[in-house]
Amino acid sequence: MLKFIDEYRDKGLCADIVEKIKAISKKRLKIMEVCGGHTMAIHKNGIHKLIGDNIKLISGPGCPVCVTSVEDIDMVLALSRIEGLVICTFGDLFNVPGTGSLTLDKQRAEGADIRIVYSVRDVITLAKEEREKKFVFISIGFETTAPTAAAAIIQADQDGLDNFYILSLNKTMPRALKAILEDSRTDIDGLICPGHVSTIAGTDMYNFIVDKLRIPCCVTGFEPSDILTSIYILTELAEKNQAKLVNAYKRAVKAQGNEKALSIMEKVFKPSDVQWRGLGNIPDSGLALKDEYSRFDVLNTFKIDRPTSISEKDCICGDILRGAKVPSDCKLFRNICTPSNPRGACMVSSEGSCAAAHRYGD
Amino acid sequence: MSKITLAHGSGGTLTQELIESVFFKHLGNKFLSKNDDSAILPGEAANIAFTTDSFVIKPLFFPGGDIGKLSICGTVNDLAVNGATPKYLSCGFILEEGLDIEDLRKIVESMASWAKIAGVDIVCGDTKVVEKNSVDSIFINTSGIGVLRDGINLSVDNISVGDKIIVTGNLGDHGIAVLSKRKGFEFESESISDCAPLNHMLKVLTDNIKEVKFMRDATRGGVATTLNEIVKHKDFGIMIEEERVPVLDSVRSACELLGLDPLYIANEGKALVIIDKEYEAKALEILRSNEYGSNAASIGEITQDNQDMVCLKTPLGATRVLGMLSADPIPRIC
Repeated sequence: MLKFIDEYRDKGLCADIVEKIKAISKKRLKIMEVCGGHTMAIHKNGIHKLIGDNIKLISGPGCPVCVTSVEDIDMVLALSRIEGLVICTFGDLFNVPGTGSLTLDKQRAEGADIRIVYSVRDVITLAKEEREKKFVFISIGFETTAPTAAAAIIQADQDGLDNFYILSLNKTMPRALKAILEDSRTDIDGLICPGHVSTIAGTDMYNFIVDKLRIPCCVTGFEPSDILTSIYILTELAEKNQAKLVNAYKRAVKAQGNEKALSIMEKVFKPSDVQWRGLGNIPDSGLALKDEYSRFDVLNTFKIDRPTSISEKDCICGDILRGAKVPSDCKLFRNICTPSNPRGACMVSSEGSCAAAHRYGD
Repeated sequence: MSKITLAHGSGGTLTQELIESVFFKHLGNKFLSKNDDSAILPGEAANIAFTTDSFVIKPLFFPGGDIGKLSICGTVNDLAVNGATPKYLSCGFILEEGLDIEDLRKIVESMASWAKIAGVDIVCGDTKVVEKNSVDSIFINTSGIGVLRDGINLSVDNISVGDKIIVTGNLGDHGIAVLSKRKGFEFESESISDCAPLNHMLKVLTDNIKEVKFMRDATRGGVATTLNEIVKHKDFGIMIEEERVPVLDSVRSACELLGLDPLYIANEGKALVIIDKEYEAKALEILRSNEYGSNAASIGEITQDNQDMVCLKTPLGATRVLGMLSADPIPRIC
């Protein structure tokens, strides 16, 4: 496996691309990445410190944990208080604070049955092994993870499982990108398109950004040479005032995406209006279960009183997700809001821009 | 922090906060508050080192070891990194109702065999059995006494700018080996825990080089967290070069897949050695001639810049902060 990674981390290759970027970089440019994986890779490798002062990299709303609203976190916490219902979640959600800094971690210490899983398939296995309990998978993520949730529901349906549910907090990227990029407060010169999302959803969804908004787009992978290449391509296009879509991640991404994954997703989910942290309600940017699968919707079986949610007053996660501000602009950052005591979602998720900035000292 | 959460056991920031706000606050004294791996106590003929550690690992048996071996090596290493010769160990067992006695026998046999290899005697012990579900199969506590060798002066106060930082071998083997066998995580991995008694190797090192300034075993939280503990409130910084950090390909692959960083993964048979730069080559030569130090490497140095911080130079040449572990990537690995 490392063979396939190491060639994209080659020091000489990366140094060459850095030099090429510096050679063509004349204008002051803002390039946005909208994938948490890209954010972390940039900070881990220190890429933003290598490419010269003209190019500023800013992080958009690409981390699924970060864009989950406080209301949705409070709903998960409310579910965790239901006797006999086991909460299954990815580790990232474990420490995300809801209203009053309450977290799943703290709920577990209070006795709630909360399990960290690596895949929704693990939840199916658990539900089959422990028939006396009911299991809910907190389904979070973009196009990358939604197909696996859909496949699990189809399997649960075929197996006749009656103790498996999901809470769909899934979101889709195109509408959110549209909302951000059309916002007058957003001002960017190039977009590094999300690599994983594109493997599933393809690249056609970026056409409007190029055609209507005249912003150059580049789809790329997660290794240093991938990211540097995309910065080079976007810089070159921006310097020439050209808006084009370039796929620099052809080893994984096809224009039409992964048709099988998309069709499974379409079979199970339908678009729904959903609340994004920092961006508000975006029509048709969420995924709800279609009627024929609605019995797997946890909210159809368990009635919960939604608590009144209160967001952290001084948190500027919303502005950070829109690329309008950076973590160091926030007065909570590093003083009050830290990875062990996170106040906002961008700090709690390991892929959040505040966590990256804190962890890697930026 | 009204309730204990798993993050309080990670060895990271919350563990430190808990230790300082509860244990040191009420129990602190001149020995305990030094926060070393073992306490050095005044003795009649020689000073003695004293330490204790509890072991709660899941699963009990893992590639390269078991909870018994771990309970001996962990305590032996805590004494050894302080320049003491480990002598006597106590052991306390808390057993869960329903534990397979054959498993217990295997664990105890492993303890006996590793105690012999380490050259320590287990001289007292205790057993308690609790109702099912009160503990998870078996928890072991071992305490150890060692004798401080003459002429040894290992302390974080000795560290000065220009000193070199050596690790005694590949990092992350233990954490990944344990994780690969954990229920719900099972993945194919060639990783084998590095769990080993380091006392003989570290004795040879310090017998031959008096200029060793400080040693620590890099267990929970990994090398990154240990380095952060060293640099805290100091007037020097630490710079690590990522390319020089020894990590096996199998561990790197697993870390890539799981989104973990080998610098934060626990080791159970690796020491960090801080040494005057004049003696770097000699120290590496001595360590590499030992079976537990064959991949020893110098990974960085103490710097004037970036005081109070651990920094890492990435392979691309950029510098970033290597912070303390803030939440546990893998609970119950020791």
